[in-house]
Amino acid sequence: MTQVATLPEPLATVAPPRGRHGSVAWLLWVARRLGLAVLTLWLVSILVFVATAALGDPVRAILGKDYTADKARAAQLSALLHSDQPLVERYLHWLGGLFSGDLGTSLASQQPVSELIGSNVVNTLVLVVVSAVVMIPVAFGIAMVSANLRHGRGDSIIQVVLLTVAGLPEFVIGILLVAIFSTTVFHWLPAVTISSSTGHPWDEPKTMVLPVLTLVLAVAPYVSRIVRSTLLEVLDSDYVELARLKGIPERVVMRKHALLNAMVPGIQVLALQLAWLAGGVVVVEAVFNYPGIGKQLVDSVNAHDVPMVQALSMIIAAVYVGVNLVADLVSILLTPRARTAISS
Amino acid sequence: MSTVTASGLRRITTQRRLLVGLTITVLVVLFAVLGPLVAPHGQNEVVGPPFSSQGVFGTDYLGQDILTRLMYGGRIILLIALLGTAIGMVLGILIGVVAAYAGGWWDEVIMRLNDVTLAFPQILLALVVLTAVNQPKAWMIVLLVGVSHAPRVARVSRGVALGIVSRDFVYAAEALGERRSRVIVAEVLPNMNAPLLAEAGLRLTYSIGLVAALGFLGFSTDPGVANWGQMINENRLAMSTQTWAVLAPVLIIGLFTVGTNLMADGVAQLAQRGDG
Repeated sequence: MTQVATLPEPLATVAPPRGRHGSVAWLLWVARRLGLAVLTLWLVSILVFVATAALGDPVRAILGKDYTADKARAAQLSALLHSDQPLVERYLHWLGGLFSGDLGTSLASQQPVSELIGSNVVNTLVLVVVSAVVMIPVAFGIAMVSANLRHGRGDSIIQVVLLTVAGLPEFVIGILLVAIFSTTVFHWLPAVTISSSTGHPWDEPKTMVLPVLTLVLAVAPYVSRIVRSTLLEVLDSDYVELARLKGIPERVVMRKHALLNAMVPGIQVLALQLAWLAGGVVVVEAVFNYPGIGKQLVDSVNAHDVPMVQALSMIIAAVYVGVNLVADLVSILLTPRARTAISS
Repeated sequence: MSTVTASGLRRITTQRRLLVGLTITVLVVLFAVLGPLVAPHGQNEVVGPPFSSQGVFGTDYLGQDILTRLMYGGRIILLIALLGTAIGMVLGILIGVVAAYAGGWWDEVIMRLNDVTLAFPQILLALVVLTAVNQPKAWMIVLLVGVSHAPRVARVSRGVALGIVSRDFVYAAEALGERRSRVIVAEVLPNMNAPLLAEAGLRLTYSIGLVAALGFLGFSTDPGVANWGQMINENRLAMSTQTWAVLAPVLIIGLFTVGTNLMADGVAQLAQRGDG
């Protein structure tokens, strides 16, 4: 479940400033990208606020049938949400709070949101980073093996397997892994994350295996497929042909000439997938009961805990925007042509 | 969609992925549509003790027959996924083609706004909106799925349309004094078929996953109606005692998305190779 069809085209979307020199041009370019990212996040904040606070009545949703019966509780919740103020004023108040680090008070537990999500953010971050560290060599490795066997039987088997795995929703992968490794076929690994005393799942590394494996399986096929097709393109190019004619062994050609040139599209799809992980962890954490922000988000949505949902979705959107920004920067830095386009 | 001619059919049959994907998809759709007609029990009928092994797959947490629930549970997912995909495709194509055709300043503004919505993982949009809703209705999920697809479709269709709006026949139509809306409908859109069909297949795959995931997370539209995603949610705590109650819906969702994904990939290959 990922968006591989919408590869960004940093070279096309970023019109490099012309006629300026070196570092000034670079600064301008970076400033422009940062400005766009901030603008995006601002619009996202409006979207989040309107969707959570204006489309329905959270107080009514929380209390359900008690809404008419329990007037005092309804009034208390409304006061917490400032429902009596006009929408714009509430939004500005909330936005101001975001900047000063005051994320509001959770409706469900009556505690400050920032205290509740702190350790969960760390847990999710660890999960995503570990998954990425495992996924990157695996994805690139599969792509290289597949490109080596190009147009043979091995390649087509790998491609069909990748395509099949790519089609599976992440929770399907997760539950299948649980069935295989913990409940039905084998009983090797725990099916859910057991909360430890510190609240950090990596105290019990075994519990991390299945969530990480799920995320890797959900993401790696896309990266592999893109890197492979880029590799095939590069392997057909003139300079690779020349390298072969010079007598350089195929192994070295693959590593030095082909792989390096296939890096940029690889990094772009990688960034897209990492950004996707920000959303994908929501379902995967729910499958494994992993104590991260994704699980917390689902719980908060179920409890109609508006301030929590607002804070968590802003965090996820910020990660998404941030990863894309870094990816654009890195892929520009790795493409000499784009580099000179900016600095000259 | 291109008209089905003899050569078109031959091309489709030589395309193995498309054929396999199509077969799987049709089988799952038939199962979902016809299932309720041949199901051995009613979808809310208690046929035995909970988690017993009566029937093919046994019974679920309430003692309902799992096979029956499975046969009933596909309709709602299929319906929401199809409608959501359709809305997403129509909205997205509209946005993308208008942006490409209008060009210049309009294009810039539309696509920048589009990028903002892309900064939102699809499932997140659905969850954010569902926060303030007590009991989600089917049309809400349809709209959420559709709206969350639209910016992604818009990006693809803008790219496809950009290659068409500068072609001679578009200029010719403009020179003849045709209205701009007519140029879009009669000249630009018919030439975008093949890549958009592949995109639709991909979107359908994601729609099924998204709808099922929402059911799995506990946001089903009607708790009384069987739903594959919801079935997983209802029975997952007892997965080790009654595996099929969870595994059967998981497998059929997986089969469905694998089918549509293979289909989309096959169409994309056809589109790449020629006129599709």
